[in-house]
Amino acid sequence: MIEFRKEYFADERDDNLNEIGKPTQRQDMLGHVTGRSPYFDDHLFDGLLHLKCLRSPHHHARIRSVDTSEAERMPGVKKVIRARDVPLNLNTLLSLMDFGLDDEPMLADKKVCYVGEPVVAVVAETERACFDAIAKIRVDYEVLPHVLDVEEAIKPGAPSVNPTYPTNTFLYHEKYDHQKLRFGDVEAALRQADHVVEGRYQMSPIEQAPTETCGAIAAPETNNRFVVYTSTQALFFSLGTAAKMLKVSSNRLHFIGGTVGGGFGGKVDSIHEPMAILGCMLTGKPVRYAWDREEEMQVGAPRGAERWYITDGVMNDGRIIARKFTGYFDSGAYTRLSSYAIIKGTGHLPGPYTIPNVSSDVYCVFTNRTPATAMRGFGITGVDFSIEAHMDKVASKIGMNPIELRILNSYRDGDMKAHRRLAKNTALIECCQVVAEKAKWKIGNEYKAMSSLKGGGGERALIPAHTAIDQKGMVRGSGSSSFGYQPQPYVPSTPTFPSTPAFPSVPAYTPAASSSPAPGASERRPAENAPTPSSTYTPTPSQPATPVEQRPAVNRFSSISGLRRR
Amino acid sequence: MAKKPIQFQLNGSGQAIFAEEGSNLLDVLRRGVGDLSPKYGCGQGTCGTCTVLVNGEPRLSCLTLAETVEGQSVETTAGLAHGPQLHALQHAFMDNFAAQCGYCTPGMLMAAKALLDRNPSPSREEVVEAISGNICRCTGYEPIINAVLAAAQSGGRRYG
Amino acid sequence: MPMSVKTFAQVDEAARALAASRSARYLGGGTLIMRAVNYGDQSFDTIIRTTDPRLKQIAQQGEMLVIGAGITMSEIIANRETAFLAPVARTVGGQAIRNMATVGGNLFAASPYGDFTAALLALDARIVPAGGQPISLEEFLNARERNAGLVIVSVQIPRLRDVNAFRYVKVSRVKPKGIAVMSIAAVLPMQAGRLANARIAHGALGPRPLRALAVERALEGRSLDEAGIAQALAVATEGIDPPSDPIASDWYRRQIAPVHLKRLLLGQRR
Repeated sequence: MIEFRKEYFADERDDNLNEIGKPTQRQDMLGHVTGRSPYFDDHLFDGLLHLKCLRSPHHHARIRSVDTSEAERMPGVKKVIRARDVPLNLNTLLSLMDFGLDDEPMLADKKVCYVGEPVVAVVAETERACFDAIAKIRVDYEVLPHVLDVEEAIKPGAPSVNPTYPTNTFLYHEKYDHQKLRFGDVEAALRQADHVVEGRYQMSPIEQAPTETCGAIAAPETNNRFVVYTSTQALFFSLGTAAKMLKVSSNRLHFIGGTVGGGFGGKVDSIHEPMAILGCMLTGKPVRYAWDREEEMQVGAPRGAERWYITDGVMNDGRIIARKFTGYFDSGAYTRLSSYAIIKGTGHLPGPYTIPNVSSDVYCVFTNRTPATAMRGFGITGVDFSIEAHMDKVASKIGMNPIELRILNSYRDGDMKAHRRLAKNTALIECCQVVAEKAKWKIGNEYKAMSSLKGGGGERALIPAHTAIDQKGMVRGSGSSSFGYQPQPYVPSTPTFPSTPAFPSVPAYTPAASSSPAPGASERRPAENAPTPSSTYTPTPSQPATPVEQRPAVNRFSSISGLRRR
Repeated sequence: MAKKPIQFQLNGSGQAIFAEEGSNLLDVLRRGVGDLSPKYGCGQGTCGTCTVLVNGEPRLSCLTLAETVEGQSVETTAGLAHGPQLHALQHAFMDNFAAQCGYCTPGMLMAAKALLDRNPSPSREEVVEAISGNICRCTGYEPIINAVLAAAQSGGRRYG
Repeated sequence: MPMSVKTFAQVDEAARALAASRSARYLGGGTLIMRAVNYGDQSFDTIIRTTDPRLKQIAQQGEMLVIGAGITMSEIIANRETAFLAPVARTVGGQAIRNMATVGGNLFAASPYGDFTAALLALDARIVPAGGQPISLEEFLNARERNAGLVIVSVQIPRLRDVNAFRYVKVSRVKPKGIAVMSIAAVLPMQAGRLANARIAHGALGPRPLRALAVERALEGRSLDEAGIAQALAVATEGIDPPSDPIASDWYRRQIAPVHLKRLLLGQRR
């Protein structure tokens, strides 16, 4: 039941609520109770083929050789897919937003980096035929030393997990091996503090474990497209990833999602669609690729483990004047979304508190564990657990009521936050007051009287006059021509067809020369079916020539590199 | 690959299917007959999403060798409604918001139906035991338990 | 290899077919075999089963209660003669699993499964294999890998003088149906207020259900109270070899074994 505390912030809103607190039936509820909600697997196809993968049994191993000859001859097997069959066998999810370097293959080629990494895909008439064929594939592995702990992985001499990031850390802003946040001078403040409280907090990876496992079915359509039914939570990510890895124009991909049998962040990695479509391209038949439960739990990406070290400088009266974070996200063998989770988490620091000196170093570390991804509260939940556990530790150390400690240090409207934005619509104080009331936890009258609307701003709205910065963790030789940065001239891709066409090819559509482009067309990449691909886009004559931007640097993430104005 | 004929009653209608030897009932229902209402969640008997009724008793269709239902009567969620009229359980699930992603719902409905068919006035403990083989990752189970109790109160078998 | 299924009207025929094949498994309720099929288990390509009604009987034969190997956990619960075993059967899976899992299949279930078998061990059961003589359950379990090719027809349980002497607890994270952290079955006959020939068996504290022989010896002639069981609790972990699995570590199982034994012996419920 919802309890409305309308006395809080009463003059900030109109309390005529038409939806909140009123039961509104889900639009798919009738489908759910009749068993008719269409999950990706609830589509029947003639001649459906099944795709299953041979997976690495090792944490870390070089692949010396793969022999699929016997598997290919097994009854019912239609195609055995190898790394060399994948048109673009290296990708990172966020390359769609120009963030990060391509680092993950669809099928492992030279080495495997985690238990369960797919090496070969078998497409066959039945699942049983897939299993039987996989049992006949011979892979010669040279087992390599592996590393499973984030702090071990960044020590000199640790096994190098991810070939794109040889020192086992993601490269931030083409400069540092970690994400920094600096606000004020933490070291100076710690020296002035009455107490210094340290804590270490560790979360394990958490498997989202939706009841429906991940999967996709890809089938040929008769208009030169592929229709794809998928369990994804991220339809456009999946479409873009498939288009990129298969070197196929996105307008040939007809993606249908919608009903997801639980995701919780575990269905955002776009793993199944590219593989299913590739199987479909290579066989000309509908192909289903879905994880069984063991794959879902072992191979499916969990919320990544995190380790946080927090050091607070606290005064006797409970004011926290400094907070220092060192964080390690266990990204597993590949980047996926962990790099971005850290950006998100960093923006959240130091938590909902106004602390005049904050510093944070967060590492995105590669280990030989299952690659991690998102899960509820992605990027935040782990560090919030650490922060709140630490607040209790601080309260205990200085002998202060833990809820009063929070109210005292809480941010208020108008305060400057560590990432240099002013706080607004804060409500931590009111939440603490209600929690104390509900839990019958005594807090002093002066704390009951505090408010998010009072006491903020003024001096607290200022960015500190001096912020201590450092170059720690700079990657040697970093600059525009350094490690990781590979400027490429933009070349629009030509339409490609599968090597053995599954259906008669349809001539590419060529727009008439006199048609006027849609507004803003000069900013888009040229259409895939432009007649003469060239290295720069030439707009049609009716438009003033506007040169397109040089493709941005691979690591730029515009909203956090300061180029976007608020 | 050998196929075996299997004849059985599904939601009151006769079915005749040729199935791969060794197939499980879930695959035969979904791909053989085309009844997509039972779902795959684990293939190992731990989640209950594939629950169907065989001769009125809950079974896990993913672990049932399909040919063992020869001559038997199978019920799935697709057969719960009578034409456009929903079963009391379906109404109760809707009224009590007993589904979010909906994936566990068919299995839950069959487990609940088996309970109400043999025990029209179950206690809350009996409802909990009846669905104890079905995992839900979304609702926290309370709305589902409330829905089953509500359906029992409304008469269980009534439609419309 | 694609799967094939062979069904026999007589259990003896099924047993012979199983013995004659290197790549066949016998199907009881299917909860273990079909799971293996679903995951592409390559160690067998033939399923052998029987429709022999002898496997579905429950009958008192002299001093023995005979339960067919094909009797399901639900049938144990529903049948009057096996009512004393209902608390055990109720802890095996949810209702769908109980409608499928058989007494015979449970005998072959690898640790930490096999709770029902632990109860049978405490009850001094014998098993009757097809085409063979009854053997003690203990003898069967000690050579279980070698006995994998046996087809069980029935289980025989000596009649309990006092049905209340049988006690059982299953410790699991999910109650009541989860995989066992451990289980204890006990038959505690009393003579003039003293324990006589108690039998205690554990589930999930070793590679298969085990008799707790040291505990049994320490209980002989004792009273069933705190003082009387003290010695038994001191040897509660003797002879156990608990697994470490996703459910619990061996260390944890060792820690809690005496705690649950004490509660069971003193009739304390939590």
